[in-house]
Amino acid sequence: MTFILFFEQLLNGVQLGVTLFLMAAGLTLVLGIMNFVNLAHGSLYMVGAYLMVAATQWTGSYPLGVALGLAGTLLVGMAVEVAALRPLYARDHLDQVLATFGLILFFNELVAIIWGRASLYTSLPAWLQGHVELLPGSIYPVYRLTVIGVGLFVAFVLWYVVTRTRLGMLIRAGASNRTMVAALGVNIRLLYTVVFGFGAALAGLAGLMAGPIYSVQPGMGELILIQVFVVIVIGGIGSVRGALVGALIVGIVDTLGRAFLKPLLGHVISPPAAEAAGPALASMLIYLLMALVLAVKPAGLFTSR
Amino acid sequence: MGEALLEVRNLAKSFGALRATDGVDLEVHEGETLAIIGPNGAGKTTLISQLAGNLRSDAGRVRFAGEDVTALSAPRRARKGFARSFQITSVFPEFSTLENVALAVQAHAGHSLRFWRPAMSDPALIEPARQVLKEVGLETRAGVIAANLSHGEHRQLEVAMALATQPRLLLLDEPMAGMGIEESERMIALLASLKGRLTIILVEHDMDAVFRLADRISVLVYGRIIATDSPDKIKLNAEVRKAYLGEEA
Amino acid sequence: MKTRAILWGAFVLLLAALPPVALELGQPFYLDLVRRIMIFAIAAISLNLILGYGGMVSFGHAAYLGVGGYAVGILAFHGFDNGLLQWGAAIGGSALVALAIGAVSIRTSGVYFIMITLAFTQMLYYLGVSLEEYGGDDGMRLRTRSEFPLVDLKDPVTFYYVVLGLMLLSIFIVFKLVNSRFGMVLRAAKSNEARALAIGFSPYPYRLAAFVIAGAMGGLAGALLVNHTSYLTPDFMHWTRSGEIMFMVILGGMATHAGPVAGAFAFLLVEDMLSAWVPLAFVREHWQLFLGPLLVLSVLFFRRGLAGIFGKHDG
Repeated sequence: MTFILFFEQLLNGVQLGVTLFLMAAGLTLVLGIMNFVNLAHGSLYMVGAYLMVAATQWTGSYPLGVALGLAGTLLVGMAVEVAALRPLYARDHLDQVLATFGLILFFNELVAIIWGRASLYTSLPAWLQGHVELLPGSIYPVYRLTVIGVGLFVAFVLWYVVTRTRLGMLIRAGASNRTMVAALGVNIRLLYTVVFGFGAALAGLAGLMAGPIYSVQPGMGELILIQVFVVIVIGGIGSVRGALVGALIVGIVDTLGRAFLKPLLGHVISPPAAEAAGPALASMLIYLLMALVLAVKPAGLFTSR
Repeated sequence: MGEALLEVRNLAKSFGALRATDGVDLEVHEGETLAIIGPNGAGKTTLISQLAGNLRSDAGRVRFAGEDVTALSAPRRARKGFARSFQITSVFPEFSTLENVALAVQAHAGHSLRFWRPAMSDPALIEPARQVLKEVGLETRAGVIAANLSHGEHRQLEVAMALATQPRLLLLDEPMAGMGIEESERMIALLASLKGRLTIILVEHDMDAVFRLADRISVLVYGRIIATDSPDKIKLNAEVRKAYLGEEA
Repeated sequence: MKTRAILWGAFVLLLAALPPVALELGQPFYLDLVRRIMIFAIAAISLNLILGYGGMVSFGHAAYLGVGGYAVGILAFHGFDNGLLQWGAAIGGSALVALAIGAVSIRTSGVYFIMITLAFTQMLYYLGVSLEEYGGDDGMRLRTRSEFPLVDLKDPVTFYYVVLGLMLLSIFIVFKLVNSRFGMVLRAAKSNEARALAIGFSPYPYRLAAFVIAGAMGGLAGALLVNHTSYLTPDFMHWTRSGEIMFMVILGGMATHAGPVAGAFAFLLVEDMLSAWVPLAFVREHWQLFLGPLLVLSVLFFRRGLAGIFGKHDG
């Protein structure tokens, strides 16, 4: 019984992990290649979720909603890059943080105006609603399995693009040495827009898949964004591999901590004390983990430099 | 001649596949001026950075005044008596000329965890700083913000900051770079006035300056010292002429 | 030099004259507004020490507002109303938290530093949310304001003058600090780190000390804020708070003494205007839609801040 519970929570952790990975992959590349801090990456996650909900309601078809949500986020991402972010590439990190902070306020309010402040819930099509029996006595939602599958598939595609294609070679070179890529005569501006659009689409994908699991509401992007920062700090800036490993670690540690820390503590200290300390400690776990990694490896587990 | 002030054995540093320095041996004696010359990309700046502690060496040892300083960071070495100038001007641009030097005095004096008294009205910092500015000929520019100094004055300020830390060993990375004839002359005169009082390692392209200032010259080519000798003998050394002075032997 | 002294004098007189005038006009609301602004000014002044003078882009300064606020709130909850004890705990507690956060984050730089300070602040935010005993997500009411001998903070005018005094004291402390030997090292390490290393400074301990001092001052602002609002919630530490305090510093002008104060006034007055005074209901309701782009534009085109209008940096 406990094993089955553990197994299910582990899968939940993996599911959170791949969601974080989809966010982190784009953000870490943008950081590594453009040396650009984009706080508004979380807004793209939110935009993806909202567009999917709206498009699904509008077309009445979930697959169409997903497709439109993805395409829409890609467009929004590219538009933001061209309109607001380009002038910031030459600025320092402080300016980038402040300007993208302003963008977040804008997007959160815009979403609230269009769709209201209350959470939206989406219904999934019947074929994603069921459960499957993975182990004897353990049934698991099909949808969460699908999320894991899509996430791992995207990870594989990313791995292929980054390690096996010319674009990937440029991306890797850019993440470790920006000036060198410029010296190779590559159209840097185009490379930036492609990478940014790529990252935006991945963030949108993460958002539209997370929508049916968590609630869709203004500000949802920032909560996950900060966890994604933890992922990137742990994994190392500019490393897609680091993003994957970091995301899985953070996803699993966070999920298992929330599920099991309180009962485990109950064995060590008095149950009332565990009742109070358990949730507090569980919510702090990934940040403490980050501090630990930093103490040992200040540049993250996988450094691209 | 006794023990060398600085003793470098087998120092090496690679950047990827590029071997910037490759087994450098050096000995510099107290009061001596050693010039290091070599073609562009020979590894001169890398060597200076390794000596100053800004770059961690892949291999080799550095002994200073009988003590192994290989593992020490740049600030620790600075407090032991190392001072350096940079090839590309490196001062505190927002601070005044006097403040730049006073900072160097303060760095040498220690006592920086004083939180209240204004540093710039502290005679223990200001007076030595003014003294050094006078020595390098910048006393009239004391109040000017460093960013507004001319190129030649920046170079002088760098030397002033190095001197203000009361170093035993001065590492100068192309102090004459980008200077006009007049400025160069002034710098050469300044360095000549320091000669003998301080131990100096001078990296420089200006051959006129090198032959006028150096007691000995080391020639660095592809990260290796190919010759070390007196200026006169270096002038005549066929290998040096071929590798560096670009002459057909 | 002379004009600056006159400007400062006029500013202080204006603030000192506000309470009698506001009460005379029957507008105690302004007392409340300016007091709140001055509390945030203290937070911005302390952030300016590390951000403006120290070059450390901390995206987590709201953490200390929170720690200071919770120190007061928790002590009051357990019946300790003594202000000296409460504020001492607020300042000491924030200093300790800053020491822990700084010790880890100052070893890194650039983007890492930004992300780490933000992440740790979020950790404290979640910690606040999970403290069910102290109201959790909803927070709790402060039973009574901090109690001091001779000074009665329950009187809004007295409280106002206490905040004004502490704000001026904060400006003075930062002024002394940045011009001391300690401050010289801090600013030199920001100005040119390689040069600072080469002359023999190791910036880490100085940066950490500045980080702790700034944290302690932030804690004081937190203690004041919880007394001001009489209500404590984890939102004290919300990450947008950190961003707002940062904006105050930038808007006013980094590494200037007047900057953070000017920035706090400008930011909060604009916020107040958009959310309460503009005659269009749509703008009032969705003021963040307008504040956001305003902030983006100010970063793009107003880089030197308000203090830049009056002249060069002072140090």
